[in-house]
Amino acid sequence: MGTAVRTNAAPAWHQRRVRIYDREAPLGYLLLVPTLLVLGIFLLYPFLFGIWLSLTDSELGNLGNFIGLDNFRFEWRNTDGVFYTAVVNTFLYTGITTVFKLSLGLVMALLLNQAFPFRRFVRAALLLPYIIPTVLSYEAWRWMFDPTFSVVNWLLVNTHLAAYPGPNWLGVPFNAMAALMIVNVWRGTPFYAIAFLAGMQVIPLDLYEAARVDGATRWQQFTSITLPMLQPVLLVVLLLSTILTFADFQGPFVLTNGAPYNSTQLLSIWAYQWGIPGGAISLGAAISLVLFPLLTFVVAGVLFLLRRPE
Amino acid sequence: MASVTYEHVTKKFSADTTAVNDLSLEIRDTEFMVLVGPSGCGKSTALRMLAGLEEITAGQIKIDDQVVNKMPPRDRDVAMVFQSYALYPHMSVFDNMGFGLKMRGSTRTEIETRVKEAGRILRLDKLLGRKPRQLSGGQRQRVALGRAIVRQPRVFLLDEPLSNLDAMLRVQTRIELQKMHQRLGTTFIYVTHDQVEAMTMGDRIAVMRDGVLQQVAPPREIYDQPVNMYVAGFIGSPRMNFLPVTISDHEAKASGFELKLPEAPGVARGILGIRPEHFLPNVSEEDTAIELKVEVLEVLGADQYLYGKIGSDDLIARVDPALKVSIGDRVRLAVNMKRLHLFDAETEKAVF
Ligand SMILES: Nc1ncnc2c1ncn2[C@@H]1O[C@H](COP(=O)(O)OP(=O)(O)O)[C@@H](O)[C@H]1O
Ligand SMILES: [Mg+2]
Repeated sequence: MGTAVRTNAAPAWHQRRVRIYDREAPLGYLLLVPTLLVLGIFLLYPFLFGIWLSLTDSELGNLGNFIGLDNFRFEWRNTDGVFYTAVVNTFLYTGITTVFKLSLGLVMALLLNQAFPFRRFVRAALLLPYIIPTVLSYEAWRWMFDPTFSVVNWLLVNTHLAAYPGPNWLGVPFNAMAALMIVNVWRGTPFYAIAFLAGMQVIPLDLYEAARVDGATRWQQFTSITLPMLQPVLLVVLLLSTILTFADFQGPFVLTNGAPYNSTQLLSIWAYQWGIPGGAISLGAAISLVLFPLLTFVVAGVLFLLRRPE
Repeated sequence: MASVTYEHVTKKFSADTTAVNDLSLEIRDTEFMVLVGPSGCGKSTALRMLAGLEEITAGQIKIDDQVVNKMPPRDRDVAMVFQSYALYPHMSVFDNMGFGLKMRGSTRTEIETRVKEAGRILRLDKLLGRKPRQLSGGQRQRVALGRAIVRQPRVFLLDEPLSNLDAMLRVQTRIELQKMHQRLGTTFIYVTHDQVEAMTMGDRIAVMRDGVLQQVAPPREIYDQPVNMYVAGFIGSPRMNFLPVTISDHEAKASGFELKLPEAPGVARGILGIRPEHFLPNVSEEDTAIELKVEVLEVLGADQYLYGKIGSDDLIARVDPALKVSIGDRVRLAVNMKRLHLFDAETEKAVF
């Protein structure tokens, strides 16, 4: 009785407020607002602005006029003679490094998932490529790839894997592309390894015990338990990594910046070169948006594979 | 089909954790052996050493006449049902059950025949295409059993396979397991903390405590002739009454009564053991009678339990529910002297 009286005595505004808190749907949207705001400001606005730029003839410091798809047409027709090299290189760069990062990351995670001394220490050390400021580490790599004064060729020559003076890493098209990929794999593998390790650690140990009693060898345990149980993590990592590698800029920029003779040109660098030093920001925007529809399909495909089975 | 022998088997996880201590136990071919004891007493460890999932610190385990200490699990030809079931979540029921055969390189048709056969026995025929998460607890448990049956192993190991089921299903599955044991004619080693499961299922029961085997015997014998107070207290529900007594010659004196022992035990201080069900309500002249002051009554239809005090000792007695008793009454009960136990107060070992 007493409670009922007190509720009736509460002011109307108070009751209305309480009712909003009680109803799930409005409250849910209310709580979403801050997130949407942040996403809108920091993701959506730059993205839409980029699209708009690509449809104009803007230059650095000078917002231009709408010109439709002219920028895209310019590149489709390969007017600058480099665009298709950049597309092919971007696919090669992403595809080949992903295969290596995936397999090396998997092997690394498997090793780190074993019991051995200083395990924590080694696991932490895995993150080193992430902790070093990127420009610093890429400059270090550039130095290491120096044909005459560097450790890589010194090792290759002294172990008789290569004849003196060793390969010209960054000066020859094929070698330069290989060098870019090596550095990308070096930097990207720990991410795979750590994600896989986390994924492996939540696989219940009794599944392995059951499999051992059922007669599975180590390899069979890996293929019938570890891999399938790792599949969701694997897909997410693959997705993130593919997107990030497609757009990778820093390493290739520091190491070759497209040289020699545009042979290591990637879309990200080509967009930058047109847009910033070249001043044609609208063309740069168009180049970086070329792969957007394709990436959307990749993302949609992976998200489809990841959906929860009923 | 095989026999299993533990010879002085010890398992230490670290210097001060001895999970199994000098276990010697022989399990006969086709026997249903139950390892029972409270949680943490080393039952699972004993089973896992046999399966090859734990290393043996000392001693040896034999399957038939072959020492298996160093043999990898896949070569031992034993199947295990885990307490958690450990079903492979990404595989269908069919693939879960056929996994062991597939690993051993059986042909597709052979796998199909044996899985279907097991599915029929376990009433899983309609569920073979489902994933484990789409099954109820009882169905999952049957899949775990099916995975073991399909392999037709030499020995079945079951680690508390019923503990995740509700009470009704547990009783039902208990009976099915016994039938299955009879049908398969394979050696079963069954681990449980539940003394009712142990009593109802085992051909023999091995009672463990803190890694040490206490007694191995058929259920009847464990119940009638427990070797020590621990076994006496662990088997039977409600628990056996323990009443400290001082003894001179044939006379045992408890806090609330005295009685004449059938034989002179040769110890000065003992513990009398009387199971709640071993009281007789109709007291005649020659019976040894006690007088129980009733504090709590439990009527369970077929039984009536009286909880009370005799002298300063607590006592539980099971009596005919027809007996009219109210709280506060003093009830005279005769002790069934044929079922009386006496333990040495020092060693807790049974005197008789
Ligand atoms: N992997 C392990 N590492 C350390 N101690 C363990 C391990 N497994 C079991 N133990 C210890 O060994 C003892 C027996 O465990 P267990 O065999 O699982 O008992 P039960 O199955 O009878 O409950 C317990 O004290 C437990 O803490
Ligand atoms: Mg256990």
